[in-house]
Amino acid sequence: MTKNILVVGEFNQDGLSETTAELLTGASSLSSGGSVSIVLLGAGSQEKAQSSFSYGATKAYTIDNESFSEFLPDKWAIAVNDIYEKEKPDLILLEQSTVGRDLGPRLAFKLNSAVAMDCVSIESDDAGFKATRPCFGGNARATYSYSASPAVATVRAKSFEAKTQGNENGEVVQIDLAADSKVSVINREEVATEGLKLTDAPIVLCGGRGLGGPEGFDMIQELANVIGTDKAAIGSSRAACDLGWYPVANQVGLTGKVVNPDLYVGIAVSGASQHMAGCSGSKSIIAINKDPEANMFKSARWGIVGDYKEVVPALIEAIKSS
Amino acid sequence: MHFVICAKQIPDPDTPPSAFKIDETKNEVVPAPGISPVLSQFDGIAAEAALRIKEKVGDVKITVISLGKESAQAAIKQVLAMGADEGLLLEDDAFENGDHYTTALVLSEAIKKLGDVDAVFCGRQAADWDMGQVGLGIAQLLEMPCAIIGKDVDISDGKMTVQRVLLDGFETVEMPLPAVVTVSNELGEPRYPKLQQIMQAAKKTVNKWSLADFENLEATQVGEQGRKLKLEKLFIPASDSEVEIIEGESAQEQASALVSRLKDAKIL
Repeated sequence: MTKNILVVGEFNQDGLSETTAELLTGASSLSSGGSVSIVLLGAGSQEKAQSSFSYGATKAYTIDNESFSEFLPDKWAIAVNDIYEKEKPDLILLEQSTVGRDLGPRLAFKLNSAVAMDCVSIESDDAGFKATRPCFGGNARATYSYSASPAVATVRAKSFEAKTQGNENGEVVQIDLAADSKVSVINREEVATEGLKLTDAPIVLCGGRGLGGPEGFDMIQELANVIGTDKAAIGSSRAACDLGWYPVANQVGLTGKVVNPDLYVGIAVSGASQHMAGCSGSKSIIAINKDPEANMFKSARWGIVGDYKEVVPALIEAIKSS
Repeated sequence: MHFVICAKQIPDPDTPPSAFKIDETKNEVVPAPGISPVLSQFDGIAAEAALRIKEKVGDVKITVISLGKESAQAAIKQVLAMGADEGLLLEDDAFENGDHYTTALVLSEAIKKLGDVDAVFCGRQAADWDMGQVGLGIAQLLEMPCAIIGKDVDISDGKMTVQRVLLDGFETVEMPLPAVVTVSNELGEPRYPKLQQIMQAAKKTVNKWSLADFENLEATQVGEQGRKLKLEKLFIPASDSEVEIIEGESAQEQASALVSRLKDAKIL
């Protein structure tokens, strides 16, 4: 059975976001030949729409207008709702991002339907869609079906693989729409991430409460330096962020960032399930902890039971001399 | 002013993963023996946000609402001990086994029925299902503005100001009352009630409303009957990881062994 799917896309000056490309690729396989459309809001959206066609979109709705460049969730919900009425998709997909986690529930409630948040897989069959997502702090997974339409889902990065589909053409529909927000943004500050972004780094070194103080992160920084700051980035557990030892923007876990690096090194991180929810997609995990019972060992490929104050300097030396 | 705090009682999220069990025939979490359910952590922080404003501006009544079974009284009492004034338990067999939509629907109807609510405080997500949509749902159903994931909340001159945590920064927004805010752990630890406050809380009023108290609600709209998301399967994901503990006489030996494993795996 064919299905029509609408993707709420995100982009910056470099182009469509990677996750949006993944959602389009995923949508084109879920649609079984139905339509895949994308909505892009804000100045520059018409130009960015072109690349959506190579990932499987057949139609792009744009509001190429400065007044939609700033993300205001209630205003964007009005716009996406308008496009929903034109397209009547069976499924609306959003990124699990600052945009998606605010917009997804608003849309679902506006459309008198349901949303599954932070999904890691979406399936489609004749009965409809099934969405699977982590819950109970990452201890469990739940698979849901929808008894209302449209199905709405926010999807975690890297849940689908982005692939170009050998098609370059599609229809761009420019919408004229004015909407207001009840919320005004007084100030927005981006925390400048120097160099490599946590979510892009092939190696993530993460410190936890067991460091005993902020100076533990200095040692982790040294380790990052010898590995190469083009490869290794530093994360922090929620406990360490809450204690003020490391910036909140580097928090890994359910309520922070989700990372999927080639290598994740948990240094004095106990590995509570809400933390593992942010790193369990890593290809390999190393646990360094003096407590042999620490939960992180259960997900690790390699472990060293010992005091990080001895192990990390030894690792720095071992890498230098290798 | 009148504030509402939405509070949920959940299985203790600090239950060790080894004690976390699921009954896959019922798609339910099996309560870990000896571990009592708790107030969802983010809801305690939402209460903290509301109480800080009450301390600053004075004349505020705070009602804590919970949708749940009789046992959810414990979550309500905890927020009352922190300093809320009155409790409201929404309890009915018809409300059981609902989803996020039905929860937001019943809570929003209760807030409407209270009549004079200026601000609604919710946790950013319940620490069991981790959806993060009930606060937004209440706002949408009541047509109130909403800001999510706040780390600092203030109210003055009929406006709510929220400093929000974004994935890559912060943002400060302002919205007219009545408004809904969801609160995150960056706000700080919730206050710990003193013994005297716990004793006072025991004397505070907790009202109970059932389905019959809501003129606008039918049994078919709430609980299991009203669900729009059907839970097909709840399971513990299989773990295929078998950890290799790197042994050695010294940290140096362990470190060299680990580095050579990483070289062999072409990770370093």
